[in-house]
Amino acid sequence: MNSTSAVRPVGPRRVRGDRKVSRRIANITAIVIALVTVFPLYWMVLSALKPDGEINSVDPRPWTWHPTLDNFRDAFGVSGFGGYFLNSLIVATVVVVLSGLVSFLAAVALTRFHFKFRTTILVMFLVAQMVPVEALTIPLFFLVRDIGTVAPGFGLSTLGSLMLVNLAFSLPFAIWMLRGFVKAIPESLEEAARIDGANRFTILWRILFPLVAPGLAATSVFSFITAWNDFVFAKTFILDTDHQTLPAALMVFFKPDENDWGGIMAASTLMTIPVLIFFVLVQRHLVSGLGGAVKD
Amino acid sequence: MTTTTTPARADRPASAPVRPRGGAKKTTAGRRRSWMPFWLLLPAAAILIPLFGYPLYQLGLLSFLDFGQPQASAGEVAEFVGFDNYSTLLGDDQFWDVLVQTVIFAAACVVATLVVGAALAVLLTRIGKWPRLLLLFAALGAWAAPAMTGSTVWMFLFDTNLGLVNEVLGMQGHNWFYEKWSAFALVGVVVVWHSFPFVMISLYAGIESIPVSVLEAARLDGASTWTTFRHVMLPILRPILTIVVIQSIIWDFKVFTQIYVMTGGGGIAGQNLVLNVYAYQKAFASSDYSLGAAIGVLMTLILLVVTIFYIRALRRSGEEL
Repeated sequence: MNSTSAVRPVGPRRVRGDRKVSRRIANITAIVIALVTVFPLYWMVLSALKPDGEINSVDPRPWTWHPTLDNFRDAFGVSGFGGYFLNSLIVATVVVVLSGLVSFLAAVALTRFHFKFRTTILVMFLVAQMVPVEALTIPLFFLVRDIGTVAPGFGLSTLGSLMLVNLAFSLPFAIWMLRGFVKAIPESLEEAARIDGANRFTILWRILFPLVAPGLAATSVFSFITAWNDFVFAKTFILDTDHQTLPAALMVFFKPDENDWGGIMAASTLMTIPVLIFFVLVQRHLVSGLGGAVKD
Repeated sequence: MTTTTTPARADRPASAPVRPRGGAKKTTAGRRRSWMPFWLLLPAAAILIPLFGYPLYQLGLLSFLDFGQPQASAGEVAEFVGFDNYSTLLGDDQFWDVLVQTVIFAAACVVATLVVGAALAVLLTRIGKWPRLLLLFAALGAWAAPAMTGSTVWMFLFDTNLGLVNEVLGMQGHNWFYEKWSAFALVGVVVVWHSFPFVMISLYAGIESIPVSVLEAARLDGASTWTTFRHVMLPILRPILTIVVIQSIIWDFKVFTQIYVMTGGGGIAGQNLVLNVYAYQKAFASSDYSLGAAIGVLMTLILLVVTIFYIRALRRSGEEL
């Protein structure tokens, strides 16, 4: 599975007269669909930059001559979005790092070793991906509440609780996906290192880890998304505004009769940008990673 | 799980090996039999058993208890009521309504996602480099957009008074969320917008991985486009297709954020509830935690059936578990 930059036409190569026309139609169709697909994102950024008067106009225009950062300023100043943004970033970073380390170790165990119950464990990771997380929020709420009486740093209204649950729910997929990347690395490299006298620890961290790193980057996108996009845990566990994260905090802008669309779009833009950056950085590995996750 | 009893199928790629199940690989077994894998799996187990396994068990347990507000906040002892919650649920018309509309909504989303994704994957193979890059990056953007922000943007686009869509269509004042199925359709559009890129990119990568020589050979043998597609490409793509279909079913059956945000927690008088949101609302809005848990258990069982098909499909396609 190649990256997107590998261009190789499939199908009959000879392009004749009518083929040329149909190809042009195909090109135009693709461009139109691409524009329709990005339009909501364009509209989001545009609306975030529009002055209030233009947003609340019943005559919306797909451009603006008076771009302003007022909506962003309000989001950070009045609504305290800087704090929510930071909370989200802390939770997501911790989840990405821990999930990467833990899933790497587990993926190595599941690809490089043959042991009893290996298949059972793999099937369990698969099944775990289908469990409706929102329903599990019910027992998790009580669990987090009880944890709070023992370890206050992980109880209700703490970032610790969000780190724990998001870590748990990002692991099954991360392990499953990373397994494909570990599998793709020839075992002969480790054999060679072993013959040269390297111990297991060295093989794991000095040989295997750097080789799996690109896969780890792709996997981390999904862990990042799990934590960054999490709405239901944040909404349920975080009962004060100080520790709220972005998705649930966004609801602040929704008012019963008149929504502050400028604020909502500015906050949405802020929330989308980190994910977009992450996606573009690792897009090369995404497809091969998913391929590896689902099939050899 | 069942053993590999699936009969060999004629149209299956010949490469799918029949593996002996169970037991260690004989050649390396001696050196490999160690405690190493258990140490490596320990961190994952330390997180997943208390935070995934235990809550799952608690979910099942809750569904057999009478657990409401007094038990949740005053610490009253919950009474064991057997299958009472389930019989309450199965006797409730609203539950059946929600179940049916969840299935219809998920099925429509799955079909639309697959049709759009597959059509665009084929389109990608027939266009020039720049349109292709443009479409791939546009799809990447839709894929990356968080469910939350996707929901808010589409809500704004379809806003009753200030939305662009109503202005373009000259329907200002029309509320898309007022009518049940128009609200569902709108949420469905957002779900498809979020999920078609995964299908498109996976299938495109699959098509790209078919060796040109194979297609060339089919053409030289005089196969028509349709025959080539039906008898050459489809069998090769089947494993990817299966995975994409089942992943879509699992995702779309569990849609939560889009419904919750766009319809304000389940729509007017709960007309847009799906099972996931229904379970959440029963528990946290009505404080009927055990009933919510019972809905969660039923959902898990339904998805378990889908997953069993998934695992069988993976096995059939030669995936080494």
